[in-house]
Amino acid sequence: MARREVPDIPGGSLADIAFLLLIFFLVTTTMETDTGLMRKLPPLQDPDQEQSDDQQIHERNILVVKVNKDNMLLVEGEIIQIGELKDIAKEFILNPNDAADLPEKVEKNIPYFGVVRVAKQAVISLQNDYGTTYGVYIAVQNELLAARDEVRNDLAMQTWGIPYDDLSEERMAAVDEYYNAPISEAEPKKIGGE
Amino acid sequence: MEENKMSKFKRHTGKAGVGKINTASLPDIVFMLLFFFMTVTVMREVELKITVRLPDATQGKKLEKKSLASFIYIGKPLPQLQATFGSEPKIQLNDAFKEIDDIQDFIVQERESLNESDQGKMLVSLKIDRETRMQIVTEVKQALRRANALKIMYANMPVDKITHMD
Repeated sequence: MARREVPDIPGGSLADIAFLLLIFFLVTTTMETDTGLMRKLPPLQDPDQEQSDDQQIHERNILVVKVNKDNMLLVEGEIIQIGELKDIAKEFILNPNDAADLPEKVEKNIPYFGVVRVAKQAVISLQNDYGTTYGVYIAVQNELLAARDEVRNDLAMQTWGIPYDDLSEERMAAVDEYYNAPISEAEPKKIGGE
Repeated sequence: MEENKMSKFKRHTGKAGVGKINTASLPDIVFMLLFFFMTVTVMREVELKITVRLPDATQGKKLEKKSLASFIYIGKPLPQLQATFGSEPKIQLNDAFKEIDDIQDFIVQERESLNESDQGKMLVSLKIDRETRMQIVTEVKQALRRANALKIMYANMPVDKITHMD
């Protein structure tokens, strides 16, 4: 007796099935890219020597940005809208006219730039209240970071014609040194309620 | 002469016809793609018990190495959990609600789970709902400073610069 032959399984539809699965995964996959504002917290200070550093910084070298519990913005004693913040911060970092109330500039030797006048001690100080909304706080941080990034990017474009993000590490460090302006998050103070 | 050439030309295309493309390897190719996507896809590692609507920001930088990051979530408990946990913002670490005092232990644990060479590069990503009040955020930040986890990232929704202008 002849053995019954096993019939071939048609493989033509296999591709269709695989495509179906593939499309399912393509659609459901959310290439989740995590983005965020990179920040560095200051190390915890000894209570004894608290504020010894802060007091040494001259008032003209600090840009004080305060956000209160009603999410209102106070910059250098004036209430402003969040849209104005970036330009104020940019002017503070640049101090183009050597104004007396903006950061003091000192001569400094920076690689690639030679001896230039930079505002070495300029600091942006961000103070918030316990009742401030987080979203507003981030918006303020974002504006301050945007101001600094724009200033640095302009310098990079002027000098090399390359955007700041594409610079080599040494060049980036030089630009960072040129416009340093660290954004400090002040020690928390309990001012207002919720 | 001319005719001869033409016939040659005709013979080439006309007679042989278009051969059937062998599709036997098609499933293999597609399966390869499929496996690629299956492995690349990251399933959400924690089940969120809170609602987190991240704030918008234009200056966000991409998180380069996800394996070096630990996540702290803060937000209001999900509607169905509010009966038991209340509607005040809470902190979630891994899969459970935790308090401020637990953060230090959490950071130590996370740090130990990394390679020794990577421990200095550890980063804490704060995924915080935009409506949260700063009090709890500030307390978390203080706890992180106590735990000496100073590299942090305020997670945000990336926004196009142009749309942000309006």
